[in-house]
Formats: sequence, structure tokens, C-alpha cells
Amino acid sequence: MRKAEIVTAIILGILSLCIMWKSGEAPAWNPDIARFDNIGLIDGEGPGSGFWPFWLSLIMFVCCVWIGINWYRQTSPPSQSEEPFLDDYGKRMLLVVGGGLIGFLIIIYVLGFYGAIPAFLIYYMRFLGRHNWVLTLSVSFGMTIFCFFFFDIAMRIVLPKGYLEPLFIPLYEIFL
Amino acid sequence: MDVLISLFDGILVALEPINLGLAVLGVVVGLFVGAMPGLGSVNGVAILLPFTFVIQSYTGGATSPMIFLAAIYYGAMYGGAISSITLGIPGASTAVATTFDGRPLALSGKAHVALVTAALASFIGGTMSNVMFTAFAPLLASVALSFGDPEVFALMLLAFATFVGLGGDDIPKTIFSICIGLVLATVGFDIISGEPRLIFFDITGFSHGIRFLVLAIGVYGIGEMLWTINTNRYGTSMAKVDVSARSIIEAIKEFRYAWRGTLIGSALGFFVGILPAAGATPGSLMSYGVAKLTSKDPSQFGKGAIDGVAAPEAANNSASTGAMLPMMTLGIPGSPTTAVLLAGMVIWGLQPGPLLFTNQPDFVWPLIGSFYVSNVIAVLVNLAFIPVFLWMLRMPFTILAPMIFVLSLVGTYAAYLDMFDVSLMVLVGIAAFFLRILDYPVAPAVLAIVLGPIAEPKLRQSLLFSDGDFSIFFTRPIAGPITVIALILIFLPLLKVIKDKITKTA
Repeated sequence: MRKAEIVTAIILGILSLCIMWKSGEAPAWNPDIARFDNIGLIDGEGPGSGFWPFWLSLIMFVCCVWIGINWYRQTSPPSQSEEPFLDDYGKRMLLVVGGGLIGFLIIIYVLGFYGAIPAFLIYYMRFLGRHNWVLTLSVSFGMTIFCFFFFDIAMRIVLPKGYLEPLFIPLYEIFL
Repeated sequence: MDVLISLFDGILVALEPINLGLAVLGVVVGLFVGAMPGLGSVNGVAILLPFTFVIQSYTGGATSPMIFLAAIYYGAMYGGAISSITLGIPGASTAVATTFDGRPLALSGKAHVALVTAALASFIGGTMSNVMFTAFAPLLASVALSFGDPEVFALMLLAFATFVGLGGDDIPKTIFSICIGLVLATVGFDIISGEPRLIFFDITGFSHGIRFLVLAIGVYGIGEMLWTINTNRYGTSMAKVDVSARSIIEAIKEFRYAWRGTLIGSALGFFVGILPAAGATPGSLMSYGVAKLTSKDPSQFGKGAIDGVAAPEAANNSASTGAMLPMMTLGIPGSPTTAVLLAGMVIWGLQPGPLLFTNQPDFVWPLIGSFYVSNVIAVLVNLAFIPVFLWMLRMPFTILAPMIFVLSLVGTYAAYLDMFDVSLMVLVGIAAFFLRILDYPVAPAVLAIVLGPIAEPKLRQSLLFSDGDFSIFFTRPIAGPITVIALILIFLPLLKVIKDKITKTA
């Protein structure tokens, strides 16, 4: 946990510096404005467009330094903790659940929501939850059918269907 | 008198079949999410907000969707007690204090007494806070009408300062959380100058800004679920509950011993709920503490005192209504759930704040009326369907969790029809999970994302008006004291650290 605390503080500190740098960016259509000209008060216009994000990200950076000092002095609970950031269960959970979510997202781009929803639910319920096939398939396809009728048919919100698009044309002809 | 007439009209609108149906549905959903360990009102409201667009498309206004979401909020406050008492795991953080005496009561064979006490105390807490809300809200809104840009900005500063001064979390992490929320709200085009800001790597998905729902569903739909799966890894045993009519009547009779705790919780909860950063969780814990302190026999607390169940349950319901007060009258949410509700109001085309009471009375009063209606529905549904909720609590998390993940992804897409937002939402959720392990509070960030688009223009317009002079926040009669209090709250923890050091060296 102690190592994760300082690594996270460093990453967030770098992120803060990046936001400070980016906040000072002049708009592309006006090359006369120099970087960081927009982070202060402009005559007759008040604070520039970079004022708010720049100073806030500066505060963020100061907070990261502060977290680093607390880590060095071991005054915050994570900096005193000898426990691992994620134990074996946590690592496995993140791999199978977080990985499953990423997989779900990737399948949406290929097979659309109506291919990805049953695939994810079967993966989660059958292989992680060890539920029987009847329950798994009932929930997986029940949820998919509910989403189709709720979103595509009732709300007219067409969810992406990827390569499965042609399969839905007959359904649209029946229900729409 | 005008208030009573408006309230009566509002209750009549709330009782219209569509609104009544939505209130019942909302309460049932709320009771369910409240009862499920790891889920709370904010998860329910955030995940289901995109689904309210369909309600709006059918009803044509913002009243019915808001009644639905407010009913979820109400139901969740009731539901939290069910798992606290029967499983010993709080359904939501707002019901933590209920476990202290609710669980011992359940283990001694009196689970029905604890459940009925929680429901009735919640009802009384909710009703008392509704009356206080009706009395105070129009007054506060009329005072707030005189607020200019500096006053509104000072109030927002105060809202953030309370997180730093009273939140109890790690101070630099709390400040970081607030600032990153405010910064993320600036991504996209600056509404004053029209210049693009923080569009990283020229990704077009950032040009429309980082939408509130993407962050709210990411944090509460994905991040919290990962957190719950990681923490609730061990099995739990459910206490036996006698749900026969005779035992319920007996439990209702026993409620007469819980009046002290109920009154303490109702009164204290409302006022703690009004404070930003406080809300229902500290309100219920504080009420439990006061009920114990003022009890004739404090030694019974922790062993199954009936007042120990009544006080926190009355308080969390009362505080949930209290948290609505600054949200409705000032446009400043007091809790993450009210932040989501406020964002919903903005999405539905309303401008939260004092003008809401004068410009949108046909929205405000039916909503307030629905608080009363939902409260009655919640106590009836809660008492009548205790066995059903107990059955639902046995649902394995390996069924519920993937369904919530699916709803989160589908809901995010349905809200904005943009796959970039869905991908970003998943990444935000995973990042929120990591940050939560390291004690970074996420609630201030969620509030900041909602308040950021309001706070920044107020600051910039104030400085434009004063020609760049920051003293405008100190010299105006209302803004001045608010700013000073906010600064004291921000620097209070620092002063404490310095004082502790001096004491140590002495």
C-alpha cells in the first residue's frame, strides 16, 4: 500500500503538471497569443480561459507534493500500511471482472450491444458465479431481449449492433 | 397560507396515476438498492438517470422523472436498514449506525422489532423533515433571490470548504478530489470565450466536454461495484425474521419505547443534512451518539437498544430531505445523490436555484408533494413486503453485479449515443476503484463536477465586475461572511495540525 501511495501521488502530480501546461494553450486560430497569456486577468475581459483550470491544477500539484510529504513522514494510513495494494483475491478480481468489462467494451465495437450483453453475462454468471446453465441463459437472454424492446423499440434509441446488424432488420420490420 | 395551498395542489399532482405509479416504482427500486450491500441511493439514482429520459419523453415535463428519482432516494433510506439488521452489513453507508443495535436485536430473535422500528422511525423522520422543508424552502429561496454572482460563488466555496473542514477525510486528497472534479468540468469549449480547453491529444470526444453522467455512472456504477466485490468477499449469515401478522403488530406496539430516538434523529438529521459534506451518514451517526448520551441507560446501546435503531433511521430519512433544501433553493447540492438529482434537473432543462420557486412552481410543489406521498408509500411497501426484500437479499452478487455493469454501459450510451463516453466511463470507474483503495474521497469530485460549470462563470463574472479585485468576495454584506467562514473551514485542519505540533514540542 505504501509503494502504491507514492506512485499514485507521482502519477497524479505529473497529470496536474500536464493540465497546467495544457491550460495555458492559446487557441489555434490566434497565433499572436503566447502560451500562459490566458491564465491571468485580461484587461476588460476578466480572467482568461485558462485561469480556472490552471490555478486549480496548480493546487492539485501542491496537494500531490503534500501527499508525498505525508508519505515520507508516514502520517497517512496508506503510507503506514504494510498490506499489499491489492492482495491475491483483489488482483484476481480485477483481472477477471475488470478484464471482463474491457472485453465487454471491445465486443460492443465488434458485435454491438446485443452480442456483447449475453456474452458478458454468460461469462460472469457461468464462469465467475458458477450458476447453472438454465439460470445463466435465462438471465443473459432475458436481459438482452429486455434491452432490445426497451431501447430500440420503446425508446427508439438504436444501440450499436456491429456485425450483427443484418439480423435485426427482420425484427425492425415486425416491431417498428 | 399560500404555502399550504401550493402544497395541497402539489400533493394532488403527485397523486395523479402516472406520478403515483412512478413514486411506487421508485420506492420499490430504492428499497432494493438501499437493501443490497454495496449499493445506495446514489448508485440507484446515477445508474437510472438515463432511463428517466423515456419518462420525460412520455410525460413531457421534468416533474415525473424527478418524482421517480426522489422516490428512489427515499426508498433507499428505508432499505438500508433491512440488510443492516438481518445481515449485519449496512445496505448503504447511511445505515451504518443502524447495525450497532439492529444486529444485536436480530441476533436475540427480535429482528421483526428492529425492522418495524426502523420503518416507523424512518416514516416519522421523513414526515417531520418534509414539514420543515415546506416551511423553510420558500423562505430560503426568497432570501437567495437577492444573491448576485459573488454570493453564489461564496456559497459554492463554502460547500467545498465543508468537505475539507468537516469531511474527516485526508485533507490533501479531499482538496485534490475537489480540484480534479472542477478541472474535469472545464474540458471542452469555454462558454465565455469560446476557446477549446483541455482537449487532450485532439480527441474529438473531449470537445463536447466530459459529461456528468459519464463520471457519475463510472464512479458509482463501475468503481463502487468493483470496490464492493473486492471488500464483500466473505459470506454472511441472515438472521431469522418472524414476519407473521401477530409479531408485526407486537413490534408496532413496542415502537412506543422508541419515541426519544425518533425525535432526536428527526430534528438533528434535518439540520445536519442541510450542510454540504455532511448528509445522511454523519447525521445518523451523530443522532445515534446524542440518543446514547441523553439516554437514561446508555449501557444498553450496542446491545439491542430500540432507540439505537430509531435514532439513526429517523435521522437518515430526515437528512435526505434536508440535503434537498440547498439543492432546490440555492442550486447547491449537499450530497452526491442530490448532486446527481441537480444534474438531472439541468439535463431536463431546469435551472436549479432560487428562481425555481418563482419560475417553476408547477415543478417545485408537485415534487415537494411527492416527498409526502413517497414517504407514505415507502413505509407501507416496506412493512408489507419485508419477506420479499429478505428473499431478494439472498440474490447472489454474481447475478446482480453483471446486471448493474450492463445497465451502466447501456445507460451511458442511451444518454448520449456516443461510444467514446461509454469507454471513458469504464476507465473512470476503474480509476475510481484504485483511488478509493488509497482513501481518495470520490464524493467531493462528483459534487465539484456538478458545481464546476456554475462556479467558474460566477467567479469570472464577479472578477470582471470588480475589475480583477478579489476583495469583492470579502466586502459585500452577504458574500463577505460566507467567504470568511469558508476560509476558516479550509484552514481549520491546518491550524489544528500546527496546534498539535506546538503542544507536542511543549
